[in-house]
Amino acid sequence: MLSCKQTSQLLSQSLDRKLSLRERIGVRLHLLICDVCARFVMQLEMMRHYLRHMRDEAEQDESVQISAEAKARIAESLESKLYNHAYNDEQHKH
Amino acid sequence: MTNNNQHDWLSEHGDYLYRFALARLRDPHQAEDAVQETLLAAIQSQTYAGKSAPRTWLTGILKHKIIDLMRKQIREQATEDLGEDLPDEPGMDDFFAEDNRHWSDKPQSWAAPDNELEQKQFLIILQECMDRLPAKLASLFLMREVHEHDNEQICKELDISSTNAWVMLYRARMGLRKCLELHWLGK
Repeated sequence: MLSCKQTSQLLSQSLDRKLSLRERIGVRLHLLICDVCARFVMQLEMMRHYLRHMRDEAEQDESVQISAEAKARIAESLESKLYNHAYNDEQHKH
Repeated sequence: MTNNNQHDWLSEHGDYLYRFALARLRDPHQAEDAVQETLLAAIQSQTYAGKSAPRTWLTGILKHKIIDLMRKQIREQATEDLGEDLPDEPGMDDFFAEDNRHWSDKPQSWAAPDNELEQKQFLIILQECMDRLPAKLASLFLMREVHEHDNEQICKELDISSTNAWVMLYRARMGLRKCLELHWLGK
C-alpha cells in the first residue's frame, strides 16, 4: 500500500507525465481509502485551473497597455534598424 | 484586412504582444524587452511570408523570446546547481510526519470561489503565494503550468533530468498548497 507521501508525489507527477499502470492502480487504491489525499487531488486541480485562468485574464485585459515611454523607445530602435536595412540595401547596389 | 507594413506592427500589435508577455513573465520591464526584441527580430528576419496573420507570426517569435528570458532568469537564480543534489528549501520538507508516511498538516477541503469577488480574492492570494515560492522553483513551475511546456522541453531548456524536474514541480505545488491553505481558508 502506498503511503500518503508516495501518493502525493505520484499525484503531482501525474500532471507532468503518464503514470505506469502499476502506479495508477496504486494511487487509485490509496484514494479509495484516503480522503485527505483525495482533497489534495482537488487542490492540485484548483491550482492548475486558476493559474491558467490568471494568465488568460491578464492576456485579455485590454486596459493593460505598453507604456508610452517604452513604446517610444521601441519605435526608435525599430526605426534605426529599418533605416540601417535600407541603407545597407542601398550600399549593396553600388 | 491585415496590414503587413512593418512600420505599423508596433502600433497595431504592440499592446497585444505586451499583454501576452506580461501574463507570462509578470514583470513589466521584461515584458517590454520581450516585445522590443520580438519586433526587432521580426524586422531583421524578413521571413514573414504573409502565410499567417502578422499577429500569429509575431506571437510565435515572442514565445521564443519569453522562453529565452525565463531560461536566463532561472540560470541566474541557480547559484547552486539545478543538478543532482537539490538542497532542501527551508520549510519544504516538513509536509509529512516523522513516520515519513502521513501528512503533517492535512489538506483541507477548499471552497471554490463562487462569485466574482471571491474569485478576485482567490487570485490575489494565489499571486501572493506564487511570489513567496523560492524564485527558482517559481520560474520552473511557471514554465510548466503557465507556459504549458511539457517535461521534456523543460528538461532540455534547463538541462536537468526528468526526476529533478518532477521533484521541483512537486515542491512548488506543495509549497503553494501550504500557502493557499493558510491564506485562502483563513479568509
